[in-house]
Amino acid sequence: MTAPIVDARGVHKHFGALHVLKGVDLRVAERELVFVIGPSGSGKSTLLRCLNRLEEPSAGSIVVDGIDMLDPRTDINHARQRIGMVFQSFNLYPHMTALGNVTLALRKVAGKSRAKADSLAQAALERVGLGDRAGHTPGQLSGGQQQRVAIARAIALEPRVMLFDEPTSALDPELVGSVLEVMRSLRESGMTMIVVSHEMGFARNAADRVVFMDEGAIVEEGPPAKIFENPAHERTRAFIGQIQRH
Amino acid sequence: MIQTFFNPDIIAASWPIVLAGLRNTVLLSLLVVPLGLFGGLILALLASVRNHAVRWPLMAWVDFFRAFPPLVLLILLFAGLPFAGLELGGFACVAIAFFLNTGAYYGEILRAGIDSVPAGQVEAARSTGLSGLQAMAYVVLPQAVRNVLPDLLSNTLEVVKLTSLGSVVAVPELLYQARQAQSITYNPTPIVVAAIIYFLMLWPVVRLLSRLENRALTG
Amino acid sequence: MTGSAWKRFTETFFNTKVMLTYLPDILSGVVVTIELALLIVVTGIAAGLALALLRSLAIRPINWLIIFIVDMFRSLPPLVVIVLIYFGLPSVNISPSGFVSTWLSLAFVLMAFSEEIFWAGITSVAKGQWEAARSTGLSFGQTLVNVVLPQAFRLTIPPLTNRTIAITKGTALGTVVAVTEILGQASSAMSNSYNPSPLMMGAAAYLVLFLPVVVAARFIETRFAWKR
Repeated sequence: MTAPIVDARGVHKHFGALHVLKGVDLRVAERELVFVIGPSGSGKSTLLRCLNRLEEPSAGSIVVDGIDMLDPRTDINHARQRIGMVFQSFNLYPHMTALGNVTLALRKVAGKSRAKADSLAQAALERVGLGDRAGHTPGQLSGGQQQRVAIARAIALEPRVMLFDEPTSALDPELVGSVLEVMRSLRESGMTMIVVSHEMGFARNAADRVVFMDEGAIVEEGPPAKIFENPAHERTRAFIGQIQRH
Repeated sequence: MIQTFFNPDIIAASWPIVLAGLRNTVLLSLLVVPLGLFGGLILALLASVRNHAVRWPLMAWVDFFRAFPPLVLLILLFAGLPFAGLELGGFACVAIAFFLNTGAYYGEILRAGIDSVPAGQVEAARSTGLSGLQAMAYVVLPQAVRNVLPDLLSNTLEVVKLTSLGSVVAVPELLYQARQAQSITYNPTPIVVAAIIYFLMLWPVVRLLSRLENRALTG
Repeated sequence: MTGSAWKRFTETFFNTKVMLTYLPDILSGVVVTIELALLIVVTGIAAGLALALLRSLAIRPINWLIIFIVDMFRSLPPLVVIVLIYFGLPSVNISPSGFVSTWLSLAFVLMAFSEEIFWAGITSVAKGQWEAARSTGLSFGQTLVNVVLPQAFRLTIPPLTNRTIAITKGTALGTVVAVTEILGQASSAMSNSYNPSPLMMGAAAYLVLFLPVVVAARFIETRFAWKR
C-alpha cells in the first residue's frame, strides 16, 4: 500500500509480568475500515489504546499520519487531535451539555473562538443526527444518543483516523443500530476507521479488512469474506464458529 | 436568671464591642476559608499524580496536621516562635495555623473528590488532545467538587467555628470581645449574646448540610 | 544552617535540661488528656446513640427537641460552650471545674455530631429491611438490634471515627479554663522556664497520642469504604 496512515510495527506491551501485546504489526491505509476481532484478553483494546498513546507500549514504533507517536519530543496533545477515539462506556462529561462536550476540545486545544466552536460542534451533532439535542446533558440522553454525541465529540476535531473501542458493547440491542448507522455514514465519507467490536454483521458489510487477534498477536487478517467464510487458521475458525453460534 | 444571662443593660452596653468582634470573625473567616481551600487544592493536585513516591509524604503531611490540635499549633507559633526571634502577631499566627490545619482537611476532601471521578473521563479528555492540566481543570475538578460539596461545606463550617480560637491569642474576634465584655461587667450576658450570634450565623448552614446529607443517602 | 546556628536552635527548642525537668509535668498532662478524651468519647457517643434511637421512635415533639439540641451543638464553637459553662454557670451557683466544663462541652458536641451520623446510618438502611424483618414477626426492638443496626454500623464507622478524632483534639481547649492537660502543663512550664522546650514536648506528646489514631482511622476508613 502507499504510505499507510497508521503504521504500527513490533508493538509490545507488558502489564507487569503479563505480556499483553507480543510484537504486533498493523498497517492501515487511508479510507480503510479495519475491523479487529478476537476473544477477550487478546489485546485488541490495548493495541487500539497504544495507537493514540493512552497506553504506553513497552517496545515498537507507532507512526500515525506521519507523526511518531512514541517520540518524547512529539506534542502528544497536538497529535491526538488527528486521532479520534470512541469508548465503550462513552465517557461523556456529565457536567456539560452535549454541545459543551463537543466544544471543549475545540476551544481549549484547537483554539477556536466560542462562536466558531459552537457552530462546528452544532454541525458535528447534526452529522450524527442529534442537532436538536445540543442543549441536553448526558443524563437526559439514551445510551445510543450518548455514544453518538461521543462520536460527534471526536469528529468535530476533524481527525484523520477514528478509533472505536467496542462502541456498541454497552448498549441495549435496540440502540445499537443508530450508532452503526453513524459509523456507516462516516465510512462513506471516507474516514479511516479502526474498529474493535463484536458486530459481525457490520464487519461483513462495511469492513475492508478483518484482523483476528488472539493472545496478544495477530493470527490472521484478510477481507471479511475470507475470514468469515474460509479462515486459514484453526483458531480463527474456532472463534468465528463460536461467535456465529450467537 | 434573665438578669444574669440576658441582662438588657449589659447587652446594650457591650453591644458595640461584641459587634466589632462579629465583624472581625466574618473578616477572619473570609480570609482563612479561601486560604485553606487553596492549600487543600494544592495538596489534592499533588496527590493526584498517583505516584507512590509523592503520595506517601503527602499523606504523612495530611495525617500530621489532622493529628495535631489546631490550638497547640497556634500556641506553638504565637508563644514558641518568639524564642527563635520571630514575633508574629496573633492574626498572622492564626492565618498560618489555619492554612496548615484546614488545608490538610480540605486537601483530604478534595483528594477523595478527585479520586471519585472515573478514569474514563480523563481518558476521553486526553484522547481529544486536552493536556493533563486542562483535563483536570475542565473535566475532573468540576465533577470532583460537585461530588464532595457536602463535605466541603461541612469543613467550611468547622473553619468558621475554629476562628474562635483566635480569642486565645488576643485576636479581637467575637469570642475574645465577648470575654472582654464579660470580665469588665462581671456578667456572663455578653458570652450568651456571642453564643446566640454564632448560632444564628451558623445554624442555617447546619440545616442546609443536614438536608444535603440526607438527600445524598436516600437519593 | 551553620553548625552554631543549629546548636542554638536545639538548645532553645530542645533543651535537654529543661525537658527532663518538666517531663513529669507533661506526663501528668498526658494522663489528664487521656482521661478527658476517653470520658468525652464514651459519654458523647453513648448519648448520641441514645438520641438517635430516641429519634427512631418518631414522636414529633421529642424529635423537634432533639433536632434543636443537635443543631445547637453543631453550630456553636466548642470553645464558646466551654466558656459558657465555666464562666456562665457560676452565676447560678453551679461552679464546674475546668475539667468538667471541657468534658461536658466536648461531650455535648460529640453527642450532636454522632447523633446525626447514627441517624443517617439508621435511615439509610432500606425500608425494605424493616418490612421484611417485621413481616417475619420480629419486634421493633429485635429488628433494630439484629437487622438495622449491624448494617447502619458499617456506614457510620468512617465518619464517626473522623469526627471523634477532631473533637477529642479539642481537649487542648481545656487550657483556656486551666485544665492541667498537656497544653496547660506545657504552657506553664514554658513561662516558668522561659524556654519553649516544654511546648515541643507537649507537641510531641499530642502526636504520639493522636497520630496512631489518625493512621488507624485511615485504615478503618478504607476497610469500611462506603460503596457509592
